[in-house]
Amino acid sequence: MSDTLGTDTAADRQSQGTAGAGDAAASASPAPAVRRRSGRGRMRLEIAVLSGPPIIVFVAFVIFPVVLAAYYGFYKWQGYGAATDWVGLNNYRLILTDPAFQQVLWHSLMILVLSLVIQGPLAIILAILLNQRIRGRAIIRVLIFVPYVISEVIVGTGWSLMLQSTGAANDLLKHIGLGSLQKDWIADPKLAIWTLMAIISWKYIGFAVILMLAGLQSIPDELFEAAQIDGASYWQMQRRITLPLLGPTIRIWAFLSIIGSLQLFDLVYIIWGQYVSGTAGTSTMAIYMVAQGRSAGNYGYGSAVAVVMFLITLIVALIYQRFVLRRDLRGAITEGVS
Amino acid sequence: MSARTADWFPSPARPRSGKRRGGQEKPAKWGSPAVYFIALVFISVCIAPVLYIVLGGFRTNSQITTSPAGLPHPWVFSNYANVLKSNTFWGEFANSAVVALASTFGIVILGLMVSFVLARYDFKLKGAMYSLFAAGLMFPLVIAITPLYIVIKDLGLVDNLAGVIIPEIAFGLPTTVIILVPFLRAIPKEIEEAATIDGASRLGFFFRMVMPLSLPGVVTVGILAFIGSWNNYVLPLYILNTQANFTLPLGVQAFSSQYSQDTAKVLAFTSLAMLPALVFFSIFQKRIVGGLTGAVKG
Repeated sequence: MSDTLGTDTAADRQSQGTAGAGDAAASASPAPAVRRRSGRGRMRLEIAVLSGPPIIVFVAFVIFPVVLAAYYGFYKWQGYGAATDWVGLNNYRLILTDPAFQQVLWHSLMILVLSLVIQGPLAIILAILLNQRIRGRAIIRVLIFVPYVISEVIVGTGWSLMLQSTGAANDLLKHIGLGSLQKDWIADPKLAIWTLMAIISWKYIGFAVILMLAGLQSIPDELFEAAQIDGASYWQMQRRITLPLLGPTIRIWAFLSIIGSLQLFDLVYIIWGQYVSGTAGTSTMAIYMVAQGRSAGNYGYGSAVAVVMFLITLIVALIYQRFVLRRDLRGAITEGVS
Repeated sequence: MSARTADWFPSPARPRSGKRRGGQEKPAKWGSPAVYFIALVFISVCIAPVLYIVLGGFRTNSQITTSPAGLPHPWVFSNYANVLKSNTFWGEFANSAVVALASTFGIVILGLMVSFVLARYDFKLKGAMYSLFAAGLMFPLVIAITPLYIVIKDLGLVDNLAGVIIPEIAFGLPTTVIILVPFLRAIPKEIEEAATIDGASRLGFFFRMVMPLSLPGVVTVGILAFIGSWNNYVLPLYILNTQANFTLPLGVQAFSSQYSQDTAKVLAFTSLAMLPALVFFSIFQKRIVGGLTGAVKG
């Protein structure tokens, strides 16, 4: 490939000269065939110039590190010097039998399912309710988007201050006469994952509602008018018209939510820290990976965890795309543009 | 039909403002009280924690201890004043601004370049190239972070803002490409032909026609890139290790563990750290929210 590129570039320098000299020179060119070829060469040069830098940056800082993680995953590597201690698939064997990993995998899957189950129906209902041309609609939309815009660090810091045992949440419960419900929301291992789920739902539901609202806008009013003439009830219309036509939006949202859940890191790391999260029962795969790699110095093992995480994400994404998103995306990710 | 990929992103074909249906938009009317009530409850849930953080900065620690959920009484301004006077805050603010602006600039320029190629040129490797970037959506930062750190270390960019900016650009490209390609493809072929007849080269066409015409998409991409990199935590956490180079998310965390006893101060610092993203968002919210809501009908 580099060969063709090389020759093209040479041809292009010439054609560039011609083009630079102006149109007259180009149109005066005697042989159309030659002109077309140099035109194609010029096109290739443009492709190379325009897409070269982005591809180099992308490959060097995204693809290459991922490949490197796969490579280190085969070594027992402490993070300094060259990786020499080849252990083959041993890291992966360890991961599969490691009860700690099974636990974080379980947490990640639980977060995935709970995110879908909690946020999905709630977002659909809220979006249907808010999808009316009422006054103040614009400001409502902006306000429900606020949690999504605030960074995880700030969300984590704020919520952990509110939820600590002497924090605002418990104080509020006392004030409204529900003092018996006071809990140690963050440190209680039975509660912590639900606390995390509440924070996740709070942070990301605005995004879901906005997406659903976007989906609802695409349903033509005529359908509802026709259904009304046919004597359909409100609930019948929601079930037979709204939900099916909202399908693509719901499926795209669920896809984004699944990918996000599998890679959850920031919130847990900030609220529970890297060591407590295990005992609090909130560790995710990403937390475990960082704890093993950066904190404990088992970079080889940490890399293997990263690879497993990536494979799980990839498999889930491919299955989802194959069976659920098929109608919506038509293989856009796997087949590319056409 | 790849434009469908971008269904949940702004669609290129339509102007994206509040009144996108032009004159046909029915005038807004007052809805039923029940709807307002539900909206109010929902908004309170969304906003209350944010208000808690902001108001908390106006209280003293003893106020917070005796009544964690109460309003400031009396209002105290010294927490905010102290943060606003501190060099730490402004230093971290400046670092965040540099990182976010440089990343946004890089993401938009490089993203436009490659999206232009994918949208307007025909060549054999086009499908593979698109897939390469689209697959990048599956490679989140967290997975690649350890080897990425090693790459940055080998380049000598550890504890350097450039070491954050460059990966930020790289990881921003997939979303950008997915959003921009449909925009660039929507520019009619006739405009390109007319430009060619008028003597514009393809690159001239790129700068004179493509850039202005794809502006709505570029703005959306830019906003997403800016907020994403302003809020990014993992990358700075790995790459930056002296306080002078910290960005605000790292700063908030460092500050909150340093002053873990001084809750009011932490809350003031935290509020001021979230302010820029909120201001930026409210200026451009029509683009984001309008972009998302205007997306699906294309």
